[in-house]
Amino acid sequence: MGLNETLSKPGQMLGDMAQVSTLDAVVNWGKSYSLWPYPFATACCGIEFMSTACSDNDIARFGAERPSFSPRQSDMILVLGTITYKMAPVLREIYDQLCEPKYVVSVGACASSGGMFDTYGVVQGVDRFLPVDIYVPGCPPRPEAIMDALIKLQQKVKTQGLEARRQEVMRKIDEINEKNKPVIVR
Amino acid sequence: MKEKVESFIKSKLSSFVFKEEAVNSNIPTFFIKSEGIFPVIKALKEDKELQFNFLNDLTAIDWLGKKTPRFEVCYLLRSVPNKHFRIMLKVPLEEGETIPTIVPIFRGANWPEREVFDMFGIEFTGHPQMERILLPDNFQGHPLRKDYPLEGFGQDYLIADLLHIHQEDKEK
Repeated sequence: MGLNETLSKPGQMLGDMAQVSTLDAVVNWGKSYSLWPYPFATACCGIEFMSTACSDNDIARFGAERPSFSPRQSDMILVLGTITYKMAPVLREIYDQLCEPKYVVSVGACASSGGMFDTYGVVQGVDRFLPVDIYVPGCPPRPEAIMDALIKLQQKVKTQGLEARRQEVMRKIDEINEKNKPVIVR
Repeated sequence: MKEKVESFIKSKLSSFVFKEEAVNSNIPTFFIKSEGIFPVIKALKEDKELQFNFLNDLTAIDWLGKKTPRFEVCYLLRSVPNKHFRIMLKVPLEEGETIPTIVPIFRGANWPEREVFDMFGIEFTGHPQMERILLPDNFQGHPLRKDYPLEGFGQDYLIADLLHIHQEDKEK
């Protein structure tokens, strides 16, 4: 009975008291079930998030235990609603205040693409200045859709290593900077 | 009440009247010259009988291609002691013209005047803080003007400025 065989059956060969795994997997497993949300609610998607957090749907079942209203104590920021150009610097600053690991979920049509507000004041999608991980469609999305996004994010956290995550964020921020480089100013 | 206001303006403030024009409205409307708006509102407020002591609204209209002068700044005044009787004062303005502020009379005019400046580009002289109120400080143009496109002229510069300012802050 070699080590390889032990590793292929985690939790069996060493009894209930010990398991063999990689450190990455343990850290990611812990992270994925304690994703505290920071709701950045600016429109009706925020009301939908309230419903998701309340007892009917209860997002706490999936480990997103409580909405944290301090960016320092949360792991994912939910952008719920229309983001205007006046609000964009605030959102960017709050994203910078989040402690690592941090994930961005863009909830609803407005946050993902500007929605129906194709106007002078509304940012056409928060991915213009934030590295978004999950997009939730809907106007506003049903609570089920928000919970589905959370489960998708958990899968992503579980499967993605720390270094891969770092690379992804850096790539996305580079893309944002690149996209905003050729500026047309009147 | 309407006759009282009309006779008051005709007898005491006739030099400030811009023109007399019939307006299809249930609110008596008076067109005032821009330099006269301060004394007219002061007189209407301080008159013992009329007492227009509440500024209901202060806004502007862009009549591009329909009227000259192009803009109208509207003051909706309310007289609380006289059964909440309302009158409308309108100040026609051409583009680039300025208008005196009424903040010393009604302090509540502070933000509406800034909003008019933000959305129409009409500057109020003597205002304590003539800056944008709703839109970002680096915004270009005045979006409630009729010749402003709905999507703007391309708002990429706002994002670029945001990222630029952000990077500068980080370097400090």
